[in-house]
Amino acid sequence: MKTSFIARLLTTFLLVSSSAVWSQEAFKIGLILPMTGQSASTGKQIEAAARLYMAQNGDKVAGRKIELIVKDDGGVPDATKRIAQELVVNDKVGVLSGFGLTPLALATAPIATQSKTPMVVMAAATSSITEASPFIVRTSFTLPQCAVAMGDWAPKNGFKRVVTLVSDYGPGIDAERYFKERMLLNSAQVLESLRVPLRNPDFAPFLQKVRDLKPDALFVFVPSGAGAAVMKQFLERGMDKAGIKLIGTGDLTDDDQLNDMGDGALGVVTSHHYSAAHPSALNKKFVEAFKKANNGLRPNFMAVGGYDGMRVIYEALKNTKGGQGGGEAILAAMKGQIFESPRGQIYIDAQTRDVVHNMYLRKVEKKDGQLYNVEFDVIKDMKDPGKTK
Amino acid sequence: MLTILFDGVAYGMLLFILAIGLAVTLGLMNFINLAHGAFAMAGGYITVLFMQHAGLPFLLCVPLAFVFTAVLGALLEVTLYRRMYNKPHLDQVLFSIGLTFMAVAGVDYFVGSTQQLVQLPEFLKGRTELWDGALGMGHYRLAIIAVCAALTVALQLLLVRTRFGAQLRAAVDNQRVAAGMGIDVNRVFLITFAVGSGLAGLGGALGAEVLGLDPVFPMKFMIYFLIVVAVGGTSGLTGPLLAALLLGIADVAGKYYIPKLGAFIVYSLMIIILMWRPQGLFSRGSK
Amino acid sequence: MSSAAKSLAALAKPRWWEFALWAVLLCLPFGLPSHALLISEITIIALFAMSLDLILGYSGIVSLGHAAFFGMGAYTAALFAKHINPDPLLGLAVAGAVTAVLGAVCSLSVLRGSDLTRLMVTLGVALLLQELANKLDFITGGADGLQGVVMGPVLGRFEFDLLGQTAAWYALCVTLLVFLLLHQVVQSPFGFSLKTIRDNPLRAQAIGISVHARLMAVYTLAAALAGLAGGLQAQTTGFASLDVFGFDRSADVLLMLVIGGTGWLWGGIIGAVVFKTLHSLISAWTPQYWTFWLGLFLVLLMLLGRERLLRPWTWGRRT
Repeated sequence: MKTSFIARLLTTFLLVSSSAVWSQEAFKIGLILPMTGQSASTGKQIEAAARLYMAQNGDKVAGRKIELIVKDDGGVPDATKRIAQELVVNDKVGVLSGFGLTPLALATAPIATQSKTPMVVMAAATSSITEASPFIVRTSFTLPQCAVAMGDWAPKNGFKRVVTLVSDYGPGIDAERYFKERMLLNSAQVLESLRVPLRNPDFAPFLQKVRDLKPDALFVFVPSGAGAAVMKQFLERGMDKAGIKLIGTGDLTDDDQLNDMGDGALGVVTSHHYSAAHPSALNKKFVEAFKKANNGLRPNFMAVGGYDGMRVIYEALKNTKGGQGGGEAILAAMKGQIFESPRGQIYIDAQTRDVVHNMYLRKVEKKDGQLYNVEFDVIKDMKDPGKTK
Repeated sequence: MLTILFDGVAYGMLLFILAIGLAVTLGLMNFINLAHGAFAMAGGYITVLFMQHAGLPFLLCVPLAFVFTAVLGALLEVTLYRRMYNKPHLDQVLFSIGLTFMAVAGVDYFVGSTQQLVQLPEFLKGRTELWDGALGMGHYRLAIIAVCAALTVALQLLLVRTRFGAQLRAAVDNQRVAAGMGIDVNRVFLITFAVGSGLAGLGGALGAEVLGLDPVFPMKFMIYFLIVVAVGGTSGLTGPLLAALLLGIADVAGKYYIPKLGAFIVYSLMIIILMWRPQGLFSRGSK
Repeated sequence: MSSAAKSLAALAKPRWWEFALWAVLLCLPFGLPSHALLISEITIIALFAMSLDLILGYSGIVSLGHAAFFGMGAYTAALFAKHINPDPLLGLAVAGAVTAVLGAVCSLSVLRGSDLTRLMVTLGVALLLQELANKLDFITGGADGLQGVVMGPVLGRFEFDLLGQTAAWYALCVTLLVFLLLHQVVQSPFGFSLKTIRDNPLRAQAIGISVHARLMAVYTLAAALAGLAGGLQAQTTGFASLDVFGFDRSADVLLMLVIGGTGWLWGGIIGAVVFKTLHSLISAWTPQYWTFWLGLFLVLLMLLGRERLLRPWTWGRRT
């Protein structure tokens, strides 16, 4: 009798503890970022933002502990793919996230599809990425959104003859194409489309060529981090004095670098989805908390992509009660989310799984002795033009 | 077109100052020092850090960069490089690659990986237009050409007119005999290495504005320094000077006129030249 | 057989521990299934390193651009699978053949000149190919990489799985076959003549060995094998991007070979294992700054003398 009582006690104890263990099994999020190499600043911003979100919202959702696994892919697509595979197979992550550049996201897409793991793209911005796998959700932005916004603004403000200068890869080509199409639609001209190599770009000869073409404005897209070099060369060649206006996507006046660019950057007009100077209460809180946790570093649009990405993952987990139903259920709970982000109102389109948000037109101005992108116009709830064709 | 020529000459002169230390080290000590780019980067960062944190003016920071990098070079020569002189080339290559990796990662750790921006003094920021825009000369690039030309003349005088220069040339021609004649070869090596590294640092400081400055600077530009040395040869100053100018102009002109091909032209040219004359375009005799 | 021939034949016999090591290697994907991806990656790099050993260790050509052939093989295999036929073995053969042609052409450039010249020319070729791949982005996908490569099953039966098991076996088998081939080559008269050329080219020429012809032959062979490695990489990952031509890749493989020891075939394999294991361990601890520790390791290794790394009993001694 005693033995069977002890046996029953033991069994009950084991059953209770194992179910407790089950509900406490951590939900792992794989965050793959370029922490070294050319795009290291992207990785830094996104990791900081993701950790900030977790610090602010706790590391438990629906009873499950959240574990963030951060890995560096160095910006090399082979590495991203292998790391994603290892995360899915060995660490059994529930969600893949990050992806600092288009080729990194595209390389990983087949893994997401094969393993049915949702993939949250927090940085890469080519339109076609969300079509590479049905499991991809994006919280960053797309270049066509910015290009179209600028392609509308420029002709209306007197810039009818423009030269485009973009980095030669997916997002750059997207920006060039959509800007050109929009300009033509508005009866304006794109005199020439120049493409600069992505690695080790040397802007001097290209900018000299632009100067010799004498356009009204120069439209620039370069990845986050390269804007300073363009700005320097632009000023050195005296192009602002020659009457050429510098316009472009917000990557040019990246908040990360803007303040170090000097007063030469004043007056540059760009189109983007996020500015650290966005006048909302939520954004002020976000910027302050970010600065405090990161030695005074200003958050940029990469950080906001990371922050919102974490929000999307957390909400999806809440709605699926801790991830029940596997990857497909989490994915379904990610689609259609609508919430306020530090950038403004944001909506994850249920059909395209892409981001729908406001596109702002901003000008570089000085506020409290620092340079900021100050918003002066907005196009509300812009969908990705790459999909609505 | 003249503007492009001007830009190319400025770029070429800068490359010459950056690469001459490497050429002399190779010619003198038969040592392939791939860490030369790291010395240039050090010069750039010293300038930026002194300007940002100590508030020193740009014109003071540039010579400071020379001094600091020269001292750094001297220290490394005595402690580390000296042991590697008699080792096979492969070992030297890997050793210097190792040093470069350490430098790159170290800089990334202490300063971070964003591009460093140099704030030039006002009088260097202007631009002069001649002949109705046909020739546009940025003042900074003019300054670079002037400084580098002055340095070249100084180096030539040093080599030809001073006793040290004679000792250096003797040691390059035949180390053993030079030592046999009583020349303190070790001292010659030390001073040459220090000056060569110092010049690289100076080039890095001047070049930060034009070439950009971030932790991967050595990797990006090492190939250009090597091209200058391989094509220009290591026996004298004129070879590398001409090679650097050729490289600078070809690179800038190529990117302007045929942007689709860009860097392609430089690499093809180099391969063809080296296949045609393996000892370099301008050197006399083979090594 | 004369006594000289007998002693040479004795050298050529594979030793017992070589069989043992290969047996262990072949069992690895079975024994460590969760690391199958890492195993296939190490194997591919080991194959690449072995091909470099042919020209560096056995023939004395210092190359900083061997990735040119690796990349050529990778893109050829990927494009072949995407546009013509997804069979892996056929694709691998084509990759090897195309890269051999490239190797034959490039071998003309390394015949003359000093170490520095060879370094520059090999580096230049790799950079040139990288630029070319970037410009021809309508074929190669440019900076975004080549997408949409779906491989057929190996030998018609073994599909490439998510776990990476098939990839690991495939890579190991190909590498073993190449190893056996190379074993024959380096112990043959041709192999010995290469070592002669490496040690003293002038004297080799004086006794009648056609230096240029042999260098060209070995360079072509090494290129073809590097192309096989690249082809394997593209096939097992289903992807090819510009980094296959990168300087990092050439430099890393040179490092691995030096760590493992040049001039004996196992150098590439051991070097690859040591390097990749070090890399995994150190990056797990400090992902951002692992190159610092790698650099430090290199500096110390070179200062102490690289032959000594795998002979711990010599560490105390001074040369």
